[in-house]
Amino acid sequence: MATVTFKIYRYKPGEIDPPRYDTFQVEVEDHTTVLDVLEMLRLDDPTLTYRHSCHHGSCGTCGMLVNGKEVLACVTNVLALKTKTVVVEPLRNAPLVSDLVVDMTPFFEKYEPIGMPYVRASEYLPHSQPPEEVGSYMRFENCLECALCLSACPVVATDPDYLGPAALAAAARVVQEPRGQDVHGVLALVDNEKGCWRCHAAMECSAACPNDVNPGGMIMFLRETLLAGKHK
Amino acid sequence: MSKPHVVIIGGGATGAALAHDLSLRGVQVTVVERGEVTSGTTGRHHGLLHSGARYAVKDQESARECIQENMILRKIAPGSFELNNGLFVAITDEDMAYRPAFLEGLETCGIPYKEITPQEALAREPNLNPAVKAAVEVPDGTMDAMRLPLRFLATAQSNGAVVKTYTEVEELLMQGKTVVGVRVRDHVTEKTYTIGADLVVNAGGAWSGKIAAMAGVHVPLQPSPGVLVAVYGRWNNMVLNRMHRSGDGDIIVPQRTLSVIGTSSWVVEDPDRLEMKKEHIQLMYEYGAVLVPAIKNAKMRAAWAAARPLIGSGGAHTGRELSRTFKCFDHAERDGVEGFVTIAGGKATTARGMAEVTANVVVRKLGLDAPCRTREVVLLPHTAYYRRRW
Repeated sequence: MATVTFKIYRYKPGEIDPPRYDTFQVEVEDHTTVLDVLEMLRLDDPTLTYRHSCHHGSCGTCGMLVNGKEVLACVTNVLALKTKTVVVEPLRNAPLVSDLVVDMTPFFEKYEPIGMPYVRASEYLPHSQPPEEVGSYMRFENCLECALCLSACPVVATDPDYLGPAALAAAARVVQEPRGQDVHGVLALVDNEKGCWRCHAAMECSAACPNDVNPGGMIMFLRETLLAGKHK
Repeated sequence: MSKPHVVIIGGGATGAALAHDLSLRGVQVTVVERGEVTSGTTGRHHGLLHSGARYAVKDQESARECIQENMILRKIAPGSFELNNGLFVAITDEDMAYRPAFLEGLETCGIPYKEITPQEALAREPNLNPAVKAAVEVPDGTMDAMRLPLRFLATAQSNGAVVKTYTEVEELLMQGKTVVGVRVRDHVTEKTYTIGADLVVNAGGAWSGKIAAMAGVHVPLQPSPGVLVAVYGRWNNMVLNRMHRSGDGDIIVPQRTLSVIGTSSWVVEDPDRLEMKKEHIQLMYEYGAVLVPAIKNAKMRAAWAAARPLIGSGGAHTGRELSRTFKCFDHAERDGVEGFVTIAGGKATTARGMAEVTANVVVRKLGLDAPCRTREVVLLPHTAYYRRRW
């Protein structure tokens, strides 16, 4: 057990406006995550709002800034942060709704038109024999649609029209494994000054990604594909 | 004539599927959820698209519901599942003794299966315990706990339903013995307001006992949490189950780049206070390693608890003795409270079926003649959920 100070960003339009930070002393154990702390605090203060669902880094809803860094709160161990004070704030580059909740609508406006299939061929246990009816093993895509990459991206911060790392990485996945999607149509969506050519290769997206999508690398893959005319 | 208006309390799997069903039947639906959608139990479930095999011996009603819904979901939500099937494996002599009853149960419940040799099982799952004595393949799969309900909600929204998140019900509005709406608090602004309704459905899952109490009625609901552990790596590609009477840590669901071991089971009074049982994490590792020995050294991604909403009265100790089936309570018939229906129990796999049964009750009470269409209508992609605006 250890006592940690939590400073939590609070904002409610017209109610807590301008925003403020609320400070709490919290007892944490070895396994306590930042999301666990928010859940504890909400028992006493039901007005505290944040997004969460799966609690194991698979749904991508609990993206937030912890000590200034983009993370999924559910897989962020408090003691591993090694700070006496933990500052929790909403993601950047997304409209703020309330407290730690951001509006995901703009994210999906750019992401949905790419039409990335949600399942892909599994690369795990490559020598195992799938059942006949299954054909080949499949799994869900890596991208959790958490928007951490957009929060971390310096170009997204300055250019609201930039397609952004998540949508571009999704486009690269369609090129790599189309599963019936229109590769040429997707490449046309990204082959422009608001698409894969807008990236400055700061690679903050790849550093922030909690699930090894490596959006920065995927953007470079799109450029190579387009330059080499490999899609023709 | 304007559409009748139904308020659904709870934005989990059940509320989502019910919103979809009722919207297709010409009902104006408003879903109110106190947090983010699927933030209660739904998002935290194991991610198992059940074939029903787990319940084929002891809980056959639930097993039949599972296999029926499994087949429907494959049709209406294509692209939302890892369809790698599942294996039930016998490791010990005790497991082998369960095998005849298990196979008979699969036959009785109409669950398609194929018995394969231990050698074949190991060829499919190289990390499986080499002591495997028998293996049966069934149509289990992996689902995304949040994104399947999002598809129900997205489709409901496209048919006019309104989803209000961060909107907590503080009171059921009553006129005499009739529920006529809800008073809610909007946690974005902390303002309260009322929403009138021709009927209110309580789809609060593990919280539905608390909601029913607002109308002065009791539903026999037992919140029963379990611990789940996600480890890095897909140690198996098919869902692996122990071929024995349902117990702790006897399922490993591969999902995305993880393997999820679950689960344990106990009972609580308050689903908001789940008190994570740390010692269960070690148990999940131990039991999981009986199926896949290498799991013992796999790195943990997360451990968490989720409260199952099981139907049962007092006296349950572990929750394992309670059925996984569901029940729809029309409180007019049962308690003399009009305009109020509770749907409780069930599983994520059977949410569509639960919604169909509940919607049948709702449309009858509203005097509508509208058949269920959710067995055929293909759902919009989960991304469509976010097309709405604040």
